[in-house]
Amino acid sequence: MRRSSLFLAGGFALLVMLALLAMASGRYALTPSEIADSVYRSIAGQRSLRMSDEVLWQIRLPRIALACLVGAALGAAGAAFQHLFRNPLVAPDTLGVSSGAALGAVLAIFAGAGAAIAALAAFGGGLVTVAIVTALASRIAAHDRVLTLVLIGVVIASLGGAAISLVKFLAVPYNQLPAITFWLMGSLAASTWRQVAIVAPAILIAIALLAALAWRINLLALPEDEAHTLGVHVTRLRAIVIATATVATAASVAVCGIVGWVGLVVPHMARLVAGPEFSRLLPLSALFGAIFLLAIDTLARAATAVEVPPGILTAFIGTPLFLVLLARRSA
Amino acid sequence: MLDARGLAFGFPSRRVGSDVDFTLAAGESLAILGGNGAGKTTLLRTLLGLLPALAGRVEINGVPISSLRAAARAASIAYVPQQHSPAYAFSVMDAVLMGRASHIGTFARPARDDYAAVRDALRTLGIDALANRPVTEISGGERQLVTIARALAQRASILLLDEPTANLDFGNRVRVLSELDRLRARGMTILFATHEPDQALAHADRALLLADGRPLVLDTVERALTAENIERLYGTPVRLFRLDARRYACVPLEPQTDARPVAP
Repeated sequence: MRRSSLFLAGGFALLVMLALLAMASGRYALTPSEIADSVYRSIAGQRSLRMSDEVLWQIRLPRIALACLVGAALGAAGAAFQHLFRNPLVAPDTLGVSSGAALGAVLAIFAGAGAAIAALAAFGGGLVTVAIVTALASRIAAHDRVLTLVLIGVVIASLGGAAISLVKFLAVPYNQLPAITFWLMGSLAASTWRQVAIVAPAILIAIALLAALAWRINLLALPEDEAHTLGVHVTRLRAIVIATATVATAASVAVCGIVGWVGLVVPHMARLVAGPEFSRLLPLSALFGAIFLLAIDTLARAATAVEVPPGILTAFIGTPLFLVLLARRSA
Repeated sequence: MLDARGLAFGFPSRRVGSDVDFTLAAGESLAILGGNGAGKTTLLRTLLGLLPALAGRVEINGVPISSLRAAARAASIAYVPQQHSPAYAFSVMDAVLMGRASHIGTFARPARDDYAAVRDALRTLGIDALANRPVTEISGGERQLVTIARALAQRASILLLDEPTANLDFGNRVRVLSELDRLRARGMTILFATHEPDQALAHADRALLLADGRPLVLDTVERALTAENIERLYGTPVRLFRLDARRYACVPLEPQTDARPVAP
């Protein structure tokens, strides 16, 4: 059995255990037997208005599902972007998807829109920004097209950051500014089944498409000339992968704000285990992303009185973890 | 069969060379020689269809290369770049498997015959022991052999190599050159850029000497690579020693010596 399959099986087991732990823990603790009873009642079609049922089905499970989906999306998108740009330092938001999504949401909040419209504006903002970046890059004739793309992405993302600052500056400081600030920090606290239903198809279809193209995506990690002479329509494949990974990332940002770090570092961890071959890397990267975000979010709910946004905890916990992995590998 | 007709090549903003005309039949081998910056790599990239021809055209078996789709092009012409710098630590097996891309559908994975072609290519070049090593942890010469193996796994009928022995040690150099001879004997069309006149004399049928992008000479290697032509090309006097039927040693002469180079 391959090392990566072993990790995949072990990872799934870990994810299931984590999900059970996440169901049980929180402000209103549930015992394993309460969870089992509730699941049994639900299967038997006798779900009640009992507190334990409400907490489990309306609060915890959608949140668990969303954490797994978003983590998997960011892990998969990060792995794809790092292959595409032949660079392990890029993240899903290198082309400006996060900053565009944030700008969309911030503008919607500034205009007085509710949470649903803000999420939609975020999704649209992310897609539009990446479309602008790729369109600009394709109009500039350059020797190194990938580098041009990254440069334009970085520049447009910082322009988006400036625009967000401008909106914050203009926002009403009593209600709009806090709303904007909290949105930007990201949170899974308000997860609902409706959100799950909206983002799940986008994320699952995106990951499925990346999985279907997985072997071919390997060739994008070669210099463009080489991939081309090996028979790959590089610009087309690259465009498909960018669009797919962007949809997954934008959907994630739309429902839980910017969760940095996962898309940058989770693919590294997966690569340490599975190597760079993309059809082995992708599933592990998605799985590690789901495990990581679910663990972080459960910790945020259970361990701290005020819920720390996941974007902050991911970095605080992930950075030392990553450094340890890196040091052990080079030792 | 590879055809170049009145070919001018370079970039939209800068023409690198022009007036290249040749026809290479199956089993023929052409060496391209020229100083640094003479346009060898740019010419190769144009022949591969990576750069559009500025004038004239490139044809593979009578079909203009610009009209071929990437997969069809890859099925007939393979490329070994000057240097391969891997971004990630793919295993040698996975790296050579990429040569099979034109045989594998967009949504498919490598099948049994793809693995067989890869093992075949690795065995041919004597690097099957490296199969599971990461390409980032082997020597530059071994990596060059991996890139050549990838081109062999592609099973194209035309092979273009950009200074294929530049990074190789003596043993690997001999191995690669004799493999090129073997492929040519099996009917493969081979075109390679090189800085070594004696290598061209021993392993090519014809030589194209490029000076500032223009053909100085295009002829059989014996007629093209005379001591005079080599001196004109590189600006340094040489002497050619004939070793046997095909092999020569090309030795630089000190400018002050009065020894006369002899024509082969």
